[in-house]
Amino acid sequence: MRELACDVLVIGAGPAGLAAAATAAEGGSRVVVVDENPEAGGQIWRSAMVHGPHPETSALAARALARGARFLTGATVVDAAGANTLFAVDGAGPIMLRAGRLVLALGATERFLPFPGWTLPGVFGVGGLQALAKNGLEIGNRTIAVAGSGPLLLAVAAWLEQHGAHVLGVFEQAPKASVVRFGLGLWRHPRKLAQAVALLRVLRQVPRHHDAWPLRAEGDGYVERVTFSVSGSERTLQVDYLACAFGLAPTTGLGALLGCDIAGGGIVVDALQHTSIPEVLCAGESTGIGGVDCALAEGVVAGHVASGHDDRARAACRRRDRERGFAETLGQAYALRHELRGLPSPETIICRCEDVPWSVVAESDDVRDAKLKTRAGMGPCQGRVCGGALEFLKRWPRDSVRPPLIPITLGELAEVGAALNRTEDQTR
Amino acid sequence: MADAVRILVDGVELSVPGGTTVAVALANAGRLAMHRSVDGEPRGPVCGMGMCFECRASIDGRRDTRSCMVTCVDGMEVITSHA
Ligand SMILES: Cc1cc2nc3c(=O)[nH]c(=O)nc-3n(C[C@H](O)[C@H](O)[C@H](O)COP(=O)(O)OP(=O)(O)OC[C@H]3O[C@@H](n4cnc5c(N)ncnc54)[C@H](O)[C@@H]3O)c2cc1C
Ligand code: FES
Repeated sequence: MRELACDVLVIGAGPAGLAAAATAAEGGSRVVVVDENPEAGGQIWRSAMVHGPHPETSALAARALARGARFLTGATVVDAAGANTLFAVDGAGPIMLRAGRLVLALGATERFLPFPGWTLPGVFGVGGLQALAKNGLEIGNRTIAVAGSGPLLLAVAAWLEQHGAHVLGVFEQAPKASVVRFGLGLWRHPRKLAQAVALLRVLRQVPRHHDAWPLRAEGDGYVERVTFSVSGSERTLQVDYLACAFGLAPTTGLGALLGCDIAGGGIVVDALQHTSIPEVLCAGESTGIGGVDCALAEGVVAGHVASGHDDRARAACRRRDRERGFAETLGQAYALRHELRGLPSPETIICRCEDVPWSVVAESDDVRDAKLKTRAGMGPCQGRVCGGALEFLKRWPRDSVRPPLIPITLGELAEVGAALNRTEDQTR
Repeated sequence: MADAVRILVDGVELSVPGGTTVAVALANAGRLAMHRSVDGEPRGPVCGMGMCFECRASIDGRRDTRSCMVTCVDGMEVITSHA
């Protein structure tokens, strides 16, 4: 098996991971960064194929590379033998990663809520559609409705308009009053205020609805029509695509696998980004949803600590704390409303991997019960989609994960298994 | 943008711009539905970032591979369960 050793292993090359990597490398550590995407940048700086990497990605990566950091992209961390030995898999097979310290910068995923028709092809996530379009999915002249919740709706709607799509409307579930209050509070964050003003200028021709959410999507083999509830009345639109997501949920899988405490949906960290496991730090949206500036600030703190410079880390905490304040108001403004729990009908599929309907899950007491009765959450996505939905619908904590975190070949499984046994023998 | 690459999808040759992921290559070729669910419903990509597994296909013999996470390379063989 291939092996790679370093002082600091950063998992995730989004803003948080890149900031941690650059900071730790400049602090004198040998750094390796792993990310399962083909390119560094994470979600927000996902490179558009035609434009190449985002300038902020290039700048942070260059700082890390100048101090000898190595980037391993297209590789997914799938298993761990404690915090110092991890296993990743890329197209060429497994790799053993040995590290003194670990920085988890796993980011977040979109939260999808089930409603009748949400499984039709052509119903995407919001960031999901943007990610695919950045990679070349044709959207020119397509009619698209953007729905769900959060500032990402406006950002993506504007981006789609600017790239030739025809956005029919933005349907935000939050009440107008709380969105407006949030907008007014942005004066304290001038960079974000300027972004918001620019977005609204692009969207001035696009109807923006509040107190609005999708009731059902219909079509023959792919989405053709979507009916929304808009301030209490129904409205149906013909669409090519529906982009719909209800905010973000922290990615915690690898943290759970390592045994890190998880609370409120995110990996728990202290003031210096330590998780509950020694040698394991966490930064960015896997600790809680806070936006790019918060992710960067947390990454800097984690990078200092990982390279043994707690003093510098403490100096960097102030900026992070200001950004976390913003994260809190964001969460309040876009809190999901109770009505959304009524969206799935009894036949609506909840677990897409195993086609388990809401009628079965609704009667289950907890995740374990649901798994016993059905195979909910046992498919290839390991509950990444239905777990986020059930966290809201049933208030069930997202279930623990099981290795390997993604399906790998039997050969890889055997290799990783053998290496795991060897490592355990050594530590025993 | 890199030169075009050719991949084989269920035995049919497809030419796409270099750098395209398999999911996007399939969708732009009119194959937005990439696999069938256990009950036979057509399904297509949702998250575009490796989370939902609804874009899964067999790629160069690796089953259940997330096609949104794999960049097309010349000669790649993709088999969907949706043919
Ligand atoms: C789909 C999507 C689109 C978004 N678009 C925008 C936008 O346009 N504008 C905006 O302001 N905000 C956007 N956001 C919010 C955005 O997530 C944050 O602002 C910011 O990217 C958070 O940075 P991060 O470093 O914490 O995480 P991320 O940027 O999410 O980076 C985490 C990285 O970790 C990697 N990773 C996770 N687990 C593993 C593993 N086991 N093995 C290997 N690699 C792993 C992922 O591949 C990912 O690249 C988006 C979020 C999502 C989910
Ligand atoms: S589209 Fe969700 S994993 Fe590929």
